[in-house]
Amino acid sequence: MTLDEIVAAVRAAHAGHTPLRLRGAGSKDFYGGLLAGEVLDLSGHRGIVDYEPTELYVTAKCGTPLTEIEAALAEHGQMLACEPPRFAGATLGGCVAAGLSGPRRMQAGAVRDFVLGVKLVDGRGQVLNFGGQVMKNVAGYDVSRLIAGSLGTLGVIAEATLKVLPKPVAETTLEFACAADEAVRRLNDWGAQPLPVSASFWHEGRLWLRLSGAAAAVDAAARKLGGKALADAGCIWEDIREQRHAAFVAPVLWRVALPSTAPTLAVDGLQAIEWGGALRWYAGEIDAAAIRAAASAAGGHATLYRAPESLRCRVDPFTPLPPALLALHRRLKKVFDPAGILNPGRLYAEF
Amino acid sequence: MPPMSRSVAGIQPDRATLVRRLKNILPVHCLLVEDEDLRPYECDGLTAYREMPLAVCLPENEGQVVDVLRTCHQLGVPVVARGAGTGLSGGAMPHAEGVVLSLARFNRILKVDRDSRTAVVQPGVRNLAVSEAAAPFGLYYAPDPSSQIACTLGGNVAENSGGVHCLKYGLTVHNVLRIRMVSIEGEIFEIGSGAPDAPGYDLLALCIGSEGLLGVVTEVTVKLVPKPELAQVVMASFDDVAQAGDAVAAIIAAGIIPAGLEMMDKPATAAVEPFVKAGYDLDAAAILLCESDGTPEEVAEEIARVRAVLTGCGARDLRVSQSEVERLRFWAGRKAAFPAVGRITPDYYCMDGTIPRKRLAEMLAAIAAMETKYGLRCANVFHAGDGNLHPLIMYDMSKPGDWEKAEAFGAEILELSVALGGSITGEHGVGIEKINQMCVQYATPELETFHAVKAAFDDKRLLNPEKAIPSLHRCAEYGRMHVHRGELKFPDLERF
Repeated sequence: MTLDEIVAAVRAAHAGHTPLRLRGAGSKDFYGGLLAGEVLDLSGHRGIVDYEPTELYVTAKCGTPLTEIEAALAEHGQMLACEPPRFAGATLGGCVAAGLSGPRRMQAGAVRDFVLGVKLVDGRGQVLNFGGQVMKNVAGYDVSRLIAGSLGTLGVIAEATLKVLPKPVAETTLEFACAADEAVRRLNDWGAQPLPVSASFWHEGRLWLRLSGAAAAVDAAARKLGGKALADAGCIWEDIREQRHAAFVAPVLWRVALPSTAPTLAVDGLQAIEWGGALRWYAGEIDAAAIRAAASAAGGHATLYRAPESLRCRVDPFTPLPPALLALHRRLKKVFDPAGILNPGRLYAEF
Repeated sequence: MPPMSRSVAGIQPDRATLVRRLKNILPVHCLLVEDEDLRPYECDGLTAYREMPLAVCLPENEGQVVDVLRTCHQLGVPVVARGAGTGLSGGAMPHAEGVVLSLARFNRILKVDRDSRTAVVQPGVRNLAVSEAAAPFGLYYAPDPSSQIACTLGGNVAENSGGVHCLKYGLTVHNVLRIRMVSIEGEIFEIGSGAPDAPGYDLLALCIGSEGLLGVVTEVTVKLVPKPELAQVVMASFDDVAQAGDAVAAIIAAGIIPAGLEMMDKPATAAVEPFVKAGYDLDAAAILLCESDGTPEEVAEEIARVRAVLTGCGARDLRVSQSEVERLRFWAGRKAAFPAVGRITPDYYCMDGTIPRKRLAEMLAAIAAMETKYGLRCANVFHAGDGNLHPLIMYDMSKPGDWEKAEAFGAEILELSVALGGSITGEHGVGIEKINQMCVQYATPELETFHAVKAAFDDKRLLNPEKAIPSLHRCAEYGRMHVHRGELKFPDLERF
């Protein structure tokens, strides 16, 4: 599929007020509001456009599978440091649109932090270029980062440029036994020290910590922190990144983002703690208002991350916005998609 | 300099009415209206562009900010927010028919929290003051623009400021978690949060770097990071700038992300050395400063690798700082580059383009040719790690025609930056200075989108009007004088 074909499809939909459902691999169909509209399959718009290892960027078309990009990066010892989930064939477009990051997020940054530029087809079918391929660029509003996490509601991300980073020389994983409160306390204490912690994960009384960096630094930190060193822990972090780990299998899963120091919420069903305490997963039939109130009181927000359709049709996936902010969202939506044809309702039911 | 005074949407504010209304909402010590009081506000760090405002408001609390904005919105009066006025693109230059809204009195650090590694500060707090307040906890605020002793967090948010450590630690957008922002209509928005993300669109990314066009920030939550145990810097000299540029690429290719990676060319070191006595190699065509930070083990390992790479790239001399005093001395020259150049020329004009690192040698050769063309000298300092070049064009404001030549010289560098695949500004912002070059970097549909985004926040276009995003009319005028992008602006590029 060519850029011209994407443009033609969006223009036709704009003219006919036909809602479009943008789809890469469909690996995150479970995420966000219920799917609506005619499928615009973008998986055919694929391929790496430009990769310059010494300039630290990769540009690829939206339908390019993340695995293909990562394979190219690996040949030069580089990686997508935000570790986005690959799920089943996840594409670059979907990765940027959903903005979901993996275990390395607290050390390296989120997907939005790595977006350098996008080629966007807006809701009128105009091709717009924002950002570019250089690390520093403050000319104009940072629309490329606004697009990250917008779930396809502002435009078709036809192409994206991401910053890439070298893979760490050495990595090791430590395991500790502790309760959730203690894990949060320790993670914040370690976080305030210059330690090469690149990921953390707590589940059912056990805490795993990944150290990454220069070999000598990783060894020194491992000696300092104690715990049990796991010889081959690669699978743990892959399972967490891909959400294949037992902590993620429940049919109803809530994603709660909080200040890392927030005490344990008065909500049952805590499955896992990631990101140094700042991301917590809850499972089970939890009252939406209750978990949202608890998250909000702690300074964060709760997302109904995965649920059967019977629940998704009753509960907003994302925490509702205050009226002034919602009004601003609607005005921005109108800027990019005046006819409201792109992924309607995927982010908020109101647009 | 183009005439700046034009009324917004045809409204001619009546100064007496405006002052009377402002007097109703601000205590007398929070409002300046006399010419001699307004004079210090007529420009920011880009002193070539000046304008007198109708009044300067110095609110002391958020309620007053809301009242000033509501009043200006009702009266159709432009508002230019201002921090310390250290910006280099004229972003805080007043509007002739508007008010300056100074956040200077919002100077309190509200909270520093060791455990969550965050600080909550008011926008008038100086950048360095945040790191000083966090120091007792072993933490600091990473973005360190060279003006950090004076520039404020509010200004940093407006400009998305960088610094010498941003390749490894990121820009302002990577280090701010939350802002509280007042719209021109006086509405308060909480954007971002203390959590790693917030529901809805990433408005934080949109507002950071928006140059005061979308709202006025009244509070900022920043991320603090643990201070590395050790930092050491390698200083390498090269006989050839292309060789130094290749060495930068080789360091990255070796999988190293240094904490800082800076280059200075010969005119820059020549200006700096007598002033700072940093020990720079004055015979070298270029010197590189490459900093490594982390645990002592990490630094030792990385420095060894950096040395090997630089030696392999033909560095003629290598020195590694052996103490904190020596490290700071190596950096002192780089950090003093602007004032040092200021000592050898009556005036200088600092540019801020970014280019892909691999095009550096081409850019420097082109700048050398422009020195001849315009008859002005230029020293180059370069955030080599992230491709951000600061040519310092030397001129004499008192000499007729010199400023115009410097301006044209600068414009040519910026337009070449775009042609080489880069950007007209890496960290200083567009402001009023680079408004014409925006027409080169962006085409009409993107500019229209920017204007529509602006209207979603400020439909009367009262916040910092005529800055950052050029009108299409302006671009059409500029386009008549210049060949537009895509039409081979630099047909003789290959000869460099």
